[in-house]
Amino acid sequence: MSMSKKYWKGLPELHNSPEFQAQQKNEFAESLPMDEFLGGNDAETSGTSRRDFLKVMGFSTAAVALAACEAPVMRSIPYVVKPEEVTPGVANFYATTFYDGHDYASILVKTREGRPIKIEGNDLGGITHSGTNARVQASVLGLYDGARLRGPYVKGAESTWKTADDMAGAALNGGTIRILSSTIISPSTKAVIAEFTAKHPNTKHVTYDAISYNALTKANKNTFGKSVVSSYDFGKAKIVVGIACDFLGNWISGEEFSKQYAKNRKVSKENPEMSQHFHFESNMSLTGANADYRYMVKPSELGKVTTALFNEIAGATSNSKVSGETKIENATAVAAIKKVAAKLVDNKGKSLVVSGVNDEGIQTLINGINKMLDNYGKTVDVEKHLNFKQSDDKEFAELVADMASGKVNVLMTYNCNPVYTAPASLKFAEAYKKVATRISFSQVMDETSAEATIVCPDHHYLESWGDANPKVGMFTLQQATINPIFAQPRHEGSRQFQDTLLKWSGIKSDYLTYLQGYWNNHVFPSQGKFLDFPTFWAHALHDGAVKVSVYKDIPVTPMAKDSLGKPVMAGVASAMNETSDSMKVVAEEPKGKMMAGVAAEPLPTPDFNKAASMATSIKGSSLELFVYEKVGLGNGLYSNNPWLMELPDPISKVTWDNYVTMSPIDVKAMGLHEMLRQDIDGSIVDLTVNGITIKVPVYPQPGQAPGTIGLALGYGRNAESLKVANGVGVNAFPFQGMINDTIQPIATSVSIAKTAEKHMFAATQIQHTIMGREEFLLREVSLKEFKEKDKEYWNPAVEMAVHGGGKKAVSEVDLWAAHPRPGHKWGMSIDMNLCFGCGACVVACTSENNVAVVGKLEVSRVRDMHWLRIDRYYSSDMNKRKGAEEDLGTKEMYIEMENPSANPQVTFQPMMCQHCNHAPCETVCPVLATSHSTEGLNMMTYNRCIGTRYCANNCPFKVRRFNWFNYNENTNFADVNPAQQELGRMVLNPDVVVRSRGVMEKCSMCQQKLQAGKLEAKKAGMPIKDGAIKTACQAACSTDAIIFGDLNDTESEVTKHRNDERTYFLLEDVGIKPTTSYKVKVRNQDEQIIFHEAVTKHEGKKEEAHTEEKHS
Amino acid sequence: MHAESEIRIPLIIGDKSYRQITDDIIAPIEGKAARGWYTLTTIFSLCFLWGICCLCYTIGTGIGSWGSSNNVDWAWDITNFVWWIGIGHAGTLISAVLLLFRQKWRMAINRSAEAMTIFAVMCAAIFVLLHTGRPWLDYMLFPLPNQFGSLWPNFNSPLLWDVFAVSTYFTVSLVFWYIGLIPDFGMIRDRVIKPWQKKMYSVLSFGWGGSARHWSRFEEVSLVLAGLSTPLVFSVHSIVSFDFATSIVPGWHTTIFPPYFVAGAVFSGFAMVLTLMLVVRKIYKLEHYLTVKHIEYMNIVIIVTGSIVGVAYLTELFVAWYSGVEWEQYAFLNRATGPLAWSYWIMMGCNVVSPQLFWFKKIRTSIIATFILSIVVNIGMWFERFVIIVTTLCRTYLPSTWSTYTPSFIDVGIFVGTIGMFGTFFLLFSRYFPVIAQAELKTILKASGESQKKAAALANAHH
Repeated sequence: MSMSKKYWKGLPELHNSPEFQAQQKNEFAESLPMDEFLGGNDAETSGTSRRDFLKVMGFSTAAVALAACEAPVMRSIPYVVKPEEVTPGVANFYATTFYDGHDYASILVKTREGRPIKIEGNDLGGITHSGTNARVQASVLGLYDGARLRGPYVKGAESTWKTADDMAGAALNGGTIRILSSTIISPSTKAVIAEFTAKHPNTKHVTYDAISYNALTKANKNTFGKSVVSSYDFGKAKIVVGIACDFLGNWISGEEFSKQYAKNRKVSKENPEMSQHFHFESNMSLTGANADYRYMVKPSELGKVTTALFNEIAGATSNSKVSGETKIENATAVAAIKKVAAKLVDNKGKSLVVSGVNDEGIQTLINGINKMLDNYGKTVDVEKHLNFKQSDDKEFAELVADMASGKVNVLMTYNCNPVYTAPASLKFAEAYKKVATRISFSQVMDETSAEATIVCPDHHYLESWGDANPKVGMFTLQQATINPIFAQPRHEGSRQFQDTLLKWSGIKSDYLTYLQGYWNNHVFPSQGKFLDFPTFWAHALHDGAVKVSVYKDIPVTPMAKDSLGKPVMAGVASAMNETSDSMKVVAEEPKGKMMAGVAAEPLPTPDFNKAASMATSIKGSSLELFVYEKVGLGNGLYSNNPWLMELPDPISKVTWDNYVTMSPIDVKAMGLHEMLRQDIDGSIVDLTVNGITIKVPVYPQPGQAPGTIGLALGYGRNAESLKVANGVGVNAFPFQGMINDTIQPIATSVSIAKTAEKHMFAATQIQHTIMGREEFLLREVSLKEFKEKDKEYWNPAVEMAVHGGGKKAVSEVDLWAAHPRPGHKWGMSIDMNLCFGCGACVVACTSENNVAVVGKLEVSRVRDMHWLRIDRYYSSDMNKRKGAEEDLGTKEMYIEMENPSANPQVTFQPMMCQHCNHAPCETVCPVLATSHSTEGLNMMTYNRCIGTRYCANNCPFKVRRFNWFNYNENTNFADVNPAQQELGRMVLNPDVVVRSRGVMEKCSMCQQKLQAGKLEAKKAGMPIKDGAIKTACQAACSTDAIIFGDLNDTESEVTKHRNDERTYFLLEDVGIKPTTSYKVKVRNQDEQIIFHEAVTKHEGKKEEAHTEEKHS
Repeated sequence: MHAESEIRIPLIIGDKSYRQITDDIIAPIEGKAARGWYTLTTIFSLCFLWGICCLCYTIGTGIGSWGSSNNVDWAWDITNFVWWIGIGHAGTLISAVLLLFRQKWRMAINRSAEAMTIFAVMCAAIFVLLHTGRPWLDYMLFPLPNQFGSLWPNFNSPLLWDVFAVSTYFTVSLVFWYIGLIPDFGMIRDRVIKPWQKKMYSVLSFGWGGSARHWSRFEEVSLVLAGLSTPLVFSVHSIVSFDFATSIVPGWHTTIFPPYFVAGAVFSGFAMVLTLMLVVRKIYKLEHYLTVKHIEYMNIVIIVTGSIVGVAYLTELFVAWYSGVEWEQYAFLNRATGPLAWSYWIMMGCNVVSPQLFWFKKIRTSIIATFILSIVVNIGMWFERFVIIVTTLCRTYLPSTWSTYTPSFIDVGIFVGTIGMFGTFFLLFSRYFPVIAQAELKTILKASGESQKKAAALANAHH
């Protein structure tokens, strides 16, 4: 039996002896030395002392306490399967396309560990080449905007895609549907809309741009029978005339035009020719500020100027004149028109006249002028036209009327925000409410979405696939550079507009597949370089752009479907396992369409007399308003972007604000505050336009035509989720009016009334003029003088008296022997002829170097953190010679000098750390936190900096920036500083430390990029190629105004610039020996420039001294 | 007959005996404080508390709470620092330089002037230590051993020289002051009855026995320290002026700064001593020790140093014009006519014009006038530093960087706080420490001779 079995642990148990029984009673087999350890009553005989007890107690308490203080655990999770292309610490660049209905750029996106962190221009692609503007640079921050919607909204509440789809599906059945969008330049998106229209035949697509260029397309329809926007080539124009046209800023394709324009502004002794630019305008625009001659006219006179110019040219080219009112108040402008016309006629085929006024009459006349000047096919081209700005204002107005009368059941708004941007006279907001189903595809809860019944948030463009056809024959691709940030399972997620539309069209394909199919069918066949689609696609994605020659217009019809309802791709049939039948069908289809697209129509004969009467139809008034786009903020789509809000306006230098710009003469006449300073606020006025009154501050703007005011668009957002933008400034969009069936930025029934209220401005520059310091800071020369005279005349060396008598050039005098710079010696050259002041570099620098945003209040306290700023100087009527001639006292002269001219000449000067070789900041730092590198750069050691700010005091350029607060944690900056939000922090460049409170910072010449470039070269075993390392500002610049490189490399671009005759250094007389050099600005003028008066005055003095010596 | 020179008005009046002096000096310590003392102490300590709050706020949030900006990086902080350091000058000058020159009249004022120095330097130290962006790292200013081995501070930087100059000055002044206090503490220890007072003063007196050997050592140490601190009087403010003079900021970069700063410092220091003396004299009834004659002597020093400062201002203007350097010329034009010109004219009025009133004997011997003018001078000297620092920085080389300056209420709060601290400390000092160096003072009391003469004169008159 099993129970009978017994096991013993050993013999003692078997025997069960009494000793064993006794031992069994003890817990431990052997007796423990308890007495010895615990001690008896007699402590002295015990081996364990009280001291031992305390030791053990102390140790265990300490051990427990230490174990309790656990260091915070930072988890970094390794890839389970590492993506092939992602190496931690190494950036990847992807080519894609930026297009938002307003701006277009072909770009490279820098990603680190899968996060897009920086936008750079794409040399290979598109029409913008490496050019970017401030908005494109800042767009990466929009990806991480906390205001982005995390999922669809139905009737104002968070919802699911299923509910949204169901609700939309029900509404779409049988209703009258309108799609309202800004101009779409993506052919595949147009095809998607065509698919949708095919499914829902009651659909009509209306194009509406917040800032309309409808007159351009209308004029081209009148003149050439084509409703398109011409393409322009400012690079071929010797004479450029702009009529209220901000083509270096926002007009159509600013970066492209800046690049072209800059070609003709590069001037050297070898090539002493440059274009001449005349500009007529009311507001001081960026383009006007860069013109050689600028004339102030009122908005109502712009048509008259155009008509007068037309007639002058018609007279000189024996064409028929038009009849129309041409009386203009400004006599200088009248005289100029004659001079300009003569110059234009002299440069037939090499000139360009452009106007930014959205008036059919004016634009038709402009077309006539360019035609008479033989410019078509040369500087302006309607065949290879641009595809931007297709809005039809009349159609839009009709749509609003239909909406108001309840004829529209479903309105889908994509890439536009009409509740915010529509002119007040159209009453869009009221009409919108009468539409039963209002679907918005906005990424954020903007003004329109807030009123919508269904909000289907679109992806950010960096999360989207897509394509663009900016110009005839040019295609660019848009690729997703990151997975959608808001996606399942954490969020309901965003969904690309095209995907939504495909879904609603019943097409079972995602948009990427559709896009590939579309390209396979339409773009791939029209190029001859690649034989198979996958290779073509891979190359197109890599380059970001494709140039094709076969197609002129691309069809936007629905694609052929297979039996399952999936669109068919022709070329990749084998790869995609499709049948060869469908391949044929689709391959043949587009050809017929293509041929139809270019069917020759007889050219219409434009009625220039009608155009002239239209152009001059606006009645002038004593006060006229011209609303404009700011160079930074544009149409306001990105007003929630703090980088753009903090970017100073290039002209006024005001941040975080819009305001009425007013001629200082008018400001004085009205008794408003003329001078604004940190301690002097501006005045607020009641502005009444077409019966609407708002309160708005006044900014005295030199160069503003008297009797006119300007007001910027893009501000006055009224959407609470837009924390940065909401409530900043006032909304000027309602003031646009429908004139001649186009939305025009002009209003003539305007009045302003003084109020007692005051407004604080936050401007980064208060002093407007150079105060007679041209010789040391801001050298300029007229083209005439530049050609005729030697360097000694227009760019003389700064001299100083030396021991033993006589004078020597400052560059030859030194107290110390120079340090050897055997390796690299970095240097920078800035061409003041090419800097138009657009500010793209400022945003690029902010993005690259994690520069903190500080908000309006701090900017007003002169604590902006920009490492790079652009100083803007106006000319003054007073100068030293004039002061001497008029026998003014020094004090009176300087006071006069502080006032800019009524129509000043403007100079832009990018200003960042000059990396002085005798850096005044370095000697004064008590802790050596700023020092010089062996490569000639002035460096900051943040960890060592204790923040005495002595360096900043001793910096003559005032480019050092102090962290007055902990901008990354101080709750006062929570709304403006993206680095404070979990999402916004993702934009930070991991190569650049985020500075803490109490340390000084400044331009490092993108040290991290230098380091990366040096490593690349080292790995390759080659010397660094000139141009391989570009600073962020240089890379962002459309015009190559900033050149960076190695001065030890005799062949480098920067060395060539350094040896140019135009090169000079700022504040050379102080002896700081800057590393950054500037190039003298050349204006294409015949007059002598003030700077020379200062120099010649010196020379005059010398001569006087000589004669006195002789006499004695 | 014996010939006797004209009797000078003695430095101590009121026919004091040695005992009376002791009684008078110890009176505030032994007796109850006057009501005025309590009122003033309350006001000053409230200001002090307020300043501490403002300082805590600054340390907590950053010096962005001040009015300084990226163009005007130093403002009230360094203005106040230089002002307080300047005030701190008089004490050592009086005790050391006048000691070496054997000016006996210094004895009535040197003790409190030295105390003033100590407290003023403490106020200055608050600004210089807390004006940094990260004050918890201030230790990096000192050449301390560290884990990087050879990480030294920058010996080229005048700010570092400042650290050494000010800390040396403070240490030497403190030791000098304390050495002087020892015999007096001994006296108090012997007089006081309350046990805690007895204990405190016996610790403070370092076992002073009053033996000849003690006296001899006391005299020697005093002389040695006087010799040591005399050059410091000149070095400290010279080095403070180097902060400006060695920079390249137009308006700062001038060789005239060291002598002009030292003169200005003595000027403001004497004015502050006068302000304090006149109050102490009134509260503690020390009119017999701090006589009108003392006040007059000090006013004469004010005329001399004030005139030096005035000449320096005019020299600056002349040199700016004569140099032909555009930057310098504009810097001075801006001071006199720019947006902050009012500060320049306050400075000119208070520092150049007002001390000239002391040429009139009536004014320089008037206690009320002296009191008012001494305050005016210190206001003027504050504005001098404000003009040098703020007005200059508002407009430097690049017109694009020109800006103006507005202080924040934290700036004002901290400044008021240091005044509170200074006042509180001084009042505590005057209550618990001997305000007049009685041991030294007794050496100039001509007790026997004078009283004999007076008795004889009295007897003659009777006959």
